[in-house]
Amino acid sequence: MTDITSSSFVRQDLLAERPAPVKTTGFIGLVRTRLFNSPTNILLTIVGALLLWFTIVPSVRFLMVDAVWSGQDRTACLAENAGFAVGACWPYIQAKLPQLIYGFYPEAERWRVDLTMVLAVVLLLPLLVPRLPAKGLNAGLFFVAFPVVAFFLLHGGGIKGFGLSWTAGLLQLFDESIIGAGQALLSLSKTSAIAPLLWVVGSLIVLIGTAISWLIFPLTWLRDYVQVMGQPVWADFGVTAAIVSLIAFFLAGGIRTGGRALASSIATFIAIAIVIKLMGLDRGGLPVVTTNLWGGLLVTLVVSVTGIVTSLPIGIALALGRRSTIPLIRIFSIAFIEFWRGVPLITVLFFATYMLPLFLPGNFTVDGLVRALIGIALFTGAYQAENVRGGLAAIPRGQSEAAAALGLSWWKTTSLIVLPQALRHVIPNLVNSFISLLKDTSLVSIVALFDLLGSLRASFSDPKWSTPSTAFTGFAFAGIIYFIFCFGMSRYSLFVERRLNAHRRS
Amino acid sequence: MSTEARKPPAQIALKIRRILGGKAGWNGVAVQFAFAAILGWIGYEIVSNARANLENQHIAAGFGFLRNNAGFDVNQTLIPYTGSDTFLRVFVVGLLNTLVVSVVGIVFATVIGFIVALCRLSPNWLLSRVGELYVEVIRNLPLLFQILFWYLAVLAALPNPRQSISLFGIAFISNRGLVIPSPIGESGLEPFLAMLVLGIVASLALRFHARRALFQEGRLIRIWPYVLGLLFGLPVATMLVFGLPFTFELPQLKGFNFAGGSRIIPEFVALTVALSTYTAAFIAEIVRAGILSVHKGQMEAGSSLGLSRGATLRLIVIPQAMRVIVPPLTNQYLNLTKNSSLAVAIGYPDLVSVFAGTSLSQTGQAIEIIAMTMGIYLLISLLTSAVMSVYGWRVSRSLGA
Repeated sequence: MTDITSSSFVRQDLLAERPAPVKTTGFIGLVRTRLFNSPTNILLTIVGALLLWFTIVPSVRFLMVDAVWSGQDRTACLAENAGFAVGACWPYIQAKLPQLIYGFYPEAERWRVDLTMVLAVVLLLPLLVPRLPAKGLNAGLFFVAFPVVAFFLLHGGGIKGFGLSWTAGLLQLFDESIIGAGQALLSLSKTSAIAPLLWVVGSLIVLIGTAISWLIFPLTWLRDYVQVMGQPVWADFGVTAAIVSLIAFFLAGGIRTGGRALASSIATFIAIAIVIKLMGLDRGGLPVVTTNLWGGLLVTLVVSVTGIVTSLPIGIALALGRRSTIPLIRIFSIAFIEFWRGVPLITVLFFATYMLPLFLPGNFTVDGLVRALIGIALFTGAYQAENVRGGLAAIPRGQSEAAAALGLSWWKTTSLIVLPQALRHVIPNLVNSFISLLKDTSLVSIVALFDLLGSLRASFSDPKWSTPSTAFTGFAFAGIIYFIFCFGMSRYSLFVERRLNAHRRS
Repeated sequence: MSTEARKPPAQIALKIRRILGGKAGWNGVAVQFAFAAILGWIGYEIVSNARANLENQHIAAGFGFLRNNAGFDVNQTLIPYTGSDTFLRVFVVGLLNTLVVSVVGIVFATVIGFIVALCRLSPNWLLSRVGELYVEVIRNLPLLFQILFWYLAVLAALPNPRQSISLFGIAFISNRGLVIPSPIGESGLEPFLAMLVLGIVASLALRFHARRALFQEGRLIRIWPYVLGLLFGLPVATMLVFGLPFTFELPQLKGFNFAGGSRIIPEFVALTVALSTYTAAFIAEIVRAGILSVHKGQMEAGSSLGLSRGATLRLIVIPQAMRVIVPPLTNQYLNLTKNSSLAVAIGYPDLVSVFAGTSLSQTGQAIEIIAMTMGIYLLISLLTSAVMSVYGWRVSRSLGA
């Protein structure tokens, strides 16, 4: 038996340490593996570095190093006074900042704009953080209550009636239009070749109109009775609250299960009453600021938030219509969506500005901002419809079949089973549409509304600040604002996407 | 004894129900009737209001105004146009200007987009970061902002014609636009063009023949020397025989402006630069997504077959990536065409600017003019989507699906 260690196959001494492997992590590793690992790569690195050098360095010099930070007018930003080649002229932005944010909104009333923006942020932030509770209440406040409050804050003015008067007025208008159409047909039947047919249809329409006017008679009578009382708004409010609460109570199941609905309805109306009282809407409200005085970032945000809030319901309705089994509704939805998606937004704005007023009754004038808002809502609605449709298509048929097996109606299936899942699928797409909407709001400056870009352009023509670097400074400022909003939204959409796909990550 | 199978009862009522109400049955019929009544009511309101409003403003409806004299000038026309031409000609001039800026923009956007996509996919860390920076910055700024930036800030900051920047003494950049030499046809132009067309047709035929030989008989034919000869040798030979096809007229600085050469207006330059850089950022993302959508195993399989990296890309990866890239790419081309309507903001005479802008304010025929403008854009986009669905059908057929 021999000692195994003395065999010539076994090493007698220790090996020298090998050198450590080349580092492939950290900064050094990055430089080694991804910047300088081959001659081509070295060349590409040099190209990239040159590109950065010729873009970043001049921008930083322009924005910070060579910039002028204080002054009263253009003379501070001229090279011969400053003594060096002047970059950004920041005093110009300081002087124009109120105009870029508020437009021509009266100075004494600007706190209303500030208050609206603070309200928006306070309501929006908890909505964006997934962990916080009460998403339903929060969304309701932001998407329904906030727009109404913001309207009375920004525009001002009060109300003369409430739900009852509005409903009665609207129904009366509709009824008058129907009777008018019927009478037009009747008068046409005197000269037409298909007179009997026209006469029958016309009389039928007039008959329907008359029947409707009898049906709504209690409403109009109540309205007239309420309007002559001392406190029309509060009386109207009380009647509306009582009627709506009762309807909610009985629809939710009467005495057995309707208590909750009744309580929430009463709570909502109390909240509305507090808002009316606080803002003094029954006594004329805040002083009116007409929309032609609005401008700057205010208009940009108003247009984009209204577009976001109104386009989603339009989009959902159109998407459901496009998947409907009823031929006429499906064809109409397809035609509507494809029409708005096929034309540029600027022609839509031209349409809303020049053509829409012709389609409305002569005594009915629509504000310029509202016209643009209608155009943008229809345009964005068509795009949102396609997004929502993508989500609807991603829901397996089994979901709605299971709902049908449980005996749910179409409305319940859609609103409780299909839509919640579908919308959750497409949140990133919806946010991306909102980003392009925010960018597209700049187009309203073409139809004579002064949004951020329009105000900026208007401020260029001020001779008090005309220097060679004025235009560049203005664009740098506006660009930073747009970039912050859009980039923030796109990062948020990525965050939501990653969260929704958490189960797919390995 | 054989019995004939009984025919099923004629389900006439069912069929009528299906035709009228779709799958929803009689409910569907009722809903459709209500919906049609509402649509009819809205249509009646629109028509009667429009008629009353037009009567109040003393505007005669109809397309008769198209034959009236326009009476204004357009500063870039591809076809001869003077102020005494009709509004119909203004429409054509505007449409051609829109198409020109779209085509030029599409070419540049594609080139820039592919370069940026290659940068982003490059293994070089710095270059991919540069590509990412480009995409993020450009995509998050509104297009109108970029158009105005190029027009009001960059181009306005250029020197006047007397101090213009000269590119090799041939082209001149100033705040009045870009002046380039204009070609003037000579006697050798027709044979030169004829030979050029012949060369292109012959090379295409050669390529077709070579592919057939490769796919059906497995013969590899080397065609590139012949193609080179046809495309370049033939025209050069004709030039030697018939003389120069055209000469260039160089622009000369005379007084305060340039004489000779052709001028590209600054509005066109600003619009093209903004449109192509903006769309390029979106195209870069599409191309990148398309190339990443091809599985890594395809590349590895190609190299295990002994193909070079270039051949693998060209024969295996790119054809598969193209299937993913082409539909959204067409969408971007369509978007670029629609976005070219922003020209109205800087006064480039495109369709919206000269027709829906100037002509509308001169005639007041809002309904006709806006309907025509929207109709043209709608036509372009419907044609494109028709072509795309044919393409999709062909792709799915060639995959054997």
